[in-house]
Amino acid sequence: MVATEQRPAAPERRRRPARQLTRKQRENRAGLAYLSPTFLVVLVVVVVPILWTILLAFQRLRLINIRRSGLFGDFTLRNFEYVFTSPGFWSSLWTTLVYTIGGTAFSIVFGLIAALALRRRFPGRTLVRASVLLPYVAPVVAVTFVWEIMLSPQFGVTNDWGQRFLGWDRPIAFLSQREYNLWGVDIPLALITVIVFEAWRYFPFAFLFILARLQAVPRDLEEAAVVDGAAPTQLFRHILLPQLGAVIALLSVLRFIMTFNKFDDVWLLTGGGAGTQVASVRVYEFLTSRLDIGAAAAQGLVLAAALVVLLVIYLRFFAPREES
Amino acid sequence: MDRATFETRLFGVLRWVVIAILIVVTLFPFYYMVLLSIRPIEAVLGNPGDLWAGPAEWTVSTYREVLSPVSDGGQGFVGLIGNTLLVAVSATLLTLLVSLPGSYAVSRLQFVGRRQVHFLFLAIYLFPAILLAIPLFTVFTRLGLRGSLFGLIIVYIAQTIPVSIYMLRNYLTTIPVSLEEAAAVDGYSRLQTLRKVILPLAAPAVMANALYVFMIAWNEYLFALLFLVENRGNWTVSLGLAQLSGGIEVSKTVLMAGSVVLTLPIVIIFFATERLLTEGLTAGADKG
Repeated sequence: MVATEQRPAAPERRRRPARQLTRKQRENRAGLAYLSPTFLVVLVVVVVPILWTILLAFQRLRLINIRRSGLFGDFTLRNFEYVFTSPGFWSSLWTTLVYTIGGTAFSIVFGLIAALALRRRFPGRTLVRASVLLPYVAPVVAVTFVWEIMLSPQFGVTNDWGQRFLGWDRPIAFLSQREYNLWGVDIPLALITVIVFEAWRYFPFAFLFILARLQAVPRDLEEAAVVDGAAPTQLFRHILLPQLGAVIALLSVLRFIMTFNKFDDVWLLTGGGAGTQVASVRVYEFLTSRLDIGAAAAQGLVLAAALVVLLVIYLRFFAPREES
Repeated sequence: MDRATFETRLFGVLRWVVIAILIVVTLFPFYYMVLLSIRPIEAVLGNPGDLWAGPAEWTVSTYREVLSPVSDGGQGFVGLIGNTLLVAVSATLLTLLVSLPGSYAVSRLQFVGRRQVHFLFLAIYLFPAILLAIPLFTVFTRLGLRGSLFGLIIVYIAQTIPVSIYMLRNYLTTIPVSLEEAAAVDGYSRLQTLRKVILPLAAPAVMANALYVFMIAWNEYLFALLFLVENRGNWTVSLGLAQLSGGIEVSKTVLMAGSVVLTLPIVIIFFATERLLTEGLTAGADKG
């Protein structure tokens, strides 16, 4: 009786781990299969091109002979030598950094202010919220053109009004003047204009995420503080800001990466002239006007490497620690 | 008056000031775009500061020039709209086809390398688009894909897939697993469950995602410039408009009419679906 009860139990015990393993394997296989189209696209359009760019950066190649050349040629460091020593490299890197930090900081600060202002309900809030997002969703080509025309010295509304109401003695070429003397100080006018555009176009992005986080802050937390007589600035400093820390940190990183690699906005506004030659515009110029693929690839890699270094520094020293 | 009362009143007023400024700053450029597109160029050059134009002054000749075919002396934007629609719709459908199973795998299935997937996605954004463009330009030239819309579509899929999978995954994790188990008991295979149970439930997220991809593809400029510039017949609206600005004889009011043509579909889609879209994008952001 005892023996017959034990006998069927034994194979059962042996079989169970085996069956679990096959289920796991099945799931593993399904997971990889479902993700394989994604892998394939990313591999073909992103990973392989990046690896290839690395190879290209170490070869002297021009657009004319690339159709004939193979994957591997004579490897050399001359592209990097050329990139580092060519005039304007360091100033372009500096411009990129100023542009990125300015664009990131202003877009987040304005996004935060907008989110705080639109936080509570009021009639028409949905409509206002939607219109605030417009700069971000509108096509870049269209909005850069409007800005160009608004700021135009000949027929732009800004200069017309500036001369009529603000007493400007002559029109200001916002997008094509490298330096402007403001109260005795030279300011990089075109670069500042481009940064302002960047802040205008991307503050809705910050706004959207900060607003979503704000609305998840527990009501009773704030109500308790208000009962204790906390002023709005104290409320913001001690209740809201700690809650927003993580999303602001994430936004900073995201916006920093996106702005650092940005091409279209600057290209369409100034063509990279008047002291606004950011690094990605430089890559484009190496590629299209000098037809120098090797140098373009090397410049692009230097750009990516600089970005990685900055991100590592940020994550190592400045990123807010996860509260345990 | 104590600090709390003073500040509450101050910010009560400031809040409305900020809201007013926000509305002006965000909407004014769009108003200006429309205004210039319906004013004759002579009027704009004569009074550049006017912010209002009476109906008597309005003209549609700018739109006629932008939309009429090249053979009639226009800019042929109707054809460009067709190209852009083709690219944007195909990119949207294909991205969904690829990212839906992908996001399901990331949110539900345990597989080797699941935790490493996001590094791959990060790589897409870490490298400047212009860097990817160099080899893609070469390969597409060799394969004869440069100048074709197909090459462009593939690039757009790759560019939108990380956000797409992120959005869908956030939504899929909110769907109870028990529903899938019930479907499995009913004898559904995994693929059938995905199609007949998950897809209908995730419809809002899928829709938000589709709109996101469509907008990105509709607005994109850099890759369109690099791949299509030599093939005028395949230009997208963004590219056509940018090329138009280089032309000397094209007046700024025509350029603004083109901008309106480019922007209007996006604005309509956006206002119609704003809630769906913003909730889809920020799902998960409120968790910290």
